[in-house]
Amino acid sequence: MNIPNDRRYAASHEWAKVSGDGVITIGISEHAQDALGDIVFVELPDVGQSLNAGDEFGVVESVKAASDLYSPVSGEVTEVNSSLEDAPETINESPYEEGWIIKVKVSDSSELDALQDADAYKATAEAEG
Amino acid sequence: MSRTPLYDEHKDIGAKMVDFAGWQMPISYEGGIQQEHLAVRTETGLFDVSHMGEIRVEGEGSVDFLRYATLNDVAKLSPGRGHYSMLQNDSGGLIDDLYIYCNGEQDFIIVCNAANQTAALSHLRKLGDAYTVDIVDESESWALLALQGPGSVLLLGRHCDDDLSAVKKNRKITTRLAGISADVARTGYTGEDGFEIFCRPDDAVKLWQTLVKAGAQPCGLGARDTLRLEAGFPLFGHEFTGDTNPLCSDYAWVVKDKNFYGREAMWNANCKQKLVGIKLTERGIAREGYRILADGEEIGRVTSGTISPFTREGIAMGWLASDYASVGTGISVEIRRQEVGATVVKPPFY
Repeated sequence: MNIPNDRRYAASHEWAKVSGDGVITIGISEHAQDALGDIVFVELPDVGQSLNAGDEFGVVESVKAASDLYSPVSGEVTEVNSSLEDAPETINESPYEEGWIIKVKVSDSSELDALQDADAYKATAEAEG
Repeated sequence: MSRTPLYDEHKDIGAKMVDFAGWQMPISYEGGIQQEHLAVRTETGLFDVSHMGEIRVEGEGSVDFLRYATLNDVAKLSPGRGHYSMLQNDSGGLIDDLYIYCNGEQDFIIVCNAANQTAALSHLRKLGDAYTVDIVDESESWALLALQGPGSVLLLGRHCDDDLSAVKKNRKITTRLAGISADVARTGYTGEDGFEIFCRPDDAVKLWQTLVKAGAQPCGLGARDTLRLEAGFPLFGHEFTGDTNPLCSDYAWVVKDKNFYGREAMWNANCKQKLVGIKLTERGIAREGYRILADGEEIGRVTSGTISPFTREGIAMGWLASDYASVGTGISVEIRRQEVGATVVKPPFY
C-alpha cells in the first residue's frame, strides 16, 4: 500500500500536500481509491469557495456508491482539477499525482499538524482492512 | 455466512468479497467492475451464481400447482424448455422473480434469488399442500455458473459433447462439459448471448478452472448488476417488491390470464405508477431512493441506478406517476439537492 511521506492524511482518507505559497493540494489516498473501485463521477467545488476544516467539498462516485470528500484544512479553493470531469478514473490510476482534486489557499497552515503522518495513516488504513 | 464451492478460486485471484444474502460472494476481481462489464459485452465473462436457490417440483399435480402458484403458464413448457416467471403474493405484489425449467412432464426445477429462497420455499410448500406434488429444496445439490458474452457459444462449444448452437434461447440440455455432467441452459441475466450451467458442487472447481483457462473472464456481482441494469432487467427487492404489480410494467406479459393465487388483488390493476427506464441528460448518477420530480412535485423514486460502463451515461429505473410514464417525457432526478435533467426511456440502454 503506497503511502508517500511527503504529505499528511485525514482519517477520512484525504491527503494534503504543501504546494508552496500557502497553497495545499488535496486528493484521496491509494487505499481510498482501491476501496471505492472504478470512480465514474467526481463533483468538484467552485473556485473561490470558502471551506472550513471538516467541511464537505465534493463527492467521488464509484459504480456502486457515492462518497463525500472532506476538506482537511480551512481556506479558499484556488484551483480544481476539471480534467476529472471527463476522466474520473485518473483518481484510480494516479491518486497522488495526476488525480489531485482541489487546491486550497490556507489561512492557518498549522492545521496540517492535526493530520496524520504516513505511519499513523498506514495504521488507520490497515485497521479498516 | 455460506460459501460456494468456488470461494477459494475467487480469493486466489484477488476477488473483493462481500456479504450477499448470507453468502460470501465476489463483488469484483482485480480488473474492476467496468472492465468486467465490458468483457461480457465484447467477449466472454464467467459468474459464480451458486448462491441462487433451486427448488424441484415433481408429481402428478405439478402443472396444475405451478399454474396456480406462479404467474407465467408452465402448461406452455415442454421438457427442455424454460421461462421467466414470478411468484406472487395475495395482495397484488410479488414474493420473487425466477426461472422455471421443465425437465419432464411432471418434473420442474425453479431457480430463485438467494435472498428469497427461504420465503419462496415455504410459500410453495404452503400452497403445495392442496396438490399431489413433491417440493424438494435442491439448492445444496447444484453449483451454478453463468457464461455470458458474444464469445460464449464458441468457448463453451469447444468443451461440450453436444452441439451448443442447436440449443436455442430458453432451452436446456443435459450434456458433458470437459467430461463433467452438466445441465446447460441458453439463458442469462446480462442481455448477451450465454449459458447458465448447473453442475454438481464437487465438479464446480474443475469446470470453473477449465472455462477460465479457455479465456472466460471471471466477473463478480458488481458487473452482474450493471449489466442487468443496462439491459433493463429488474432486480427483485428493487424494481419488484411485495408491493409492486407487474401489470404496471413492461413485464405485464408474464402475467397470464388463468386462475392463480392472488388473482383478485392483481388482475384489475389500476396503475397509479409505472416502472420505467430513465436516462440522465445532465451530468450525474441517479441512485436507489433518489426522488424523481416533474412540474415541481415528487412523482416517484429511483429503484436502481448507475453509470453505464458501455455508454458512460447515467441510467436508472424507477416507479413514477403513470401520467409521466411515456417514453420521451422530460423529468428530473434530485441528486444531492440539485435537480438533474432526465428523460423516460425504454430499456435496454445500449
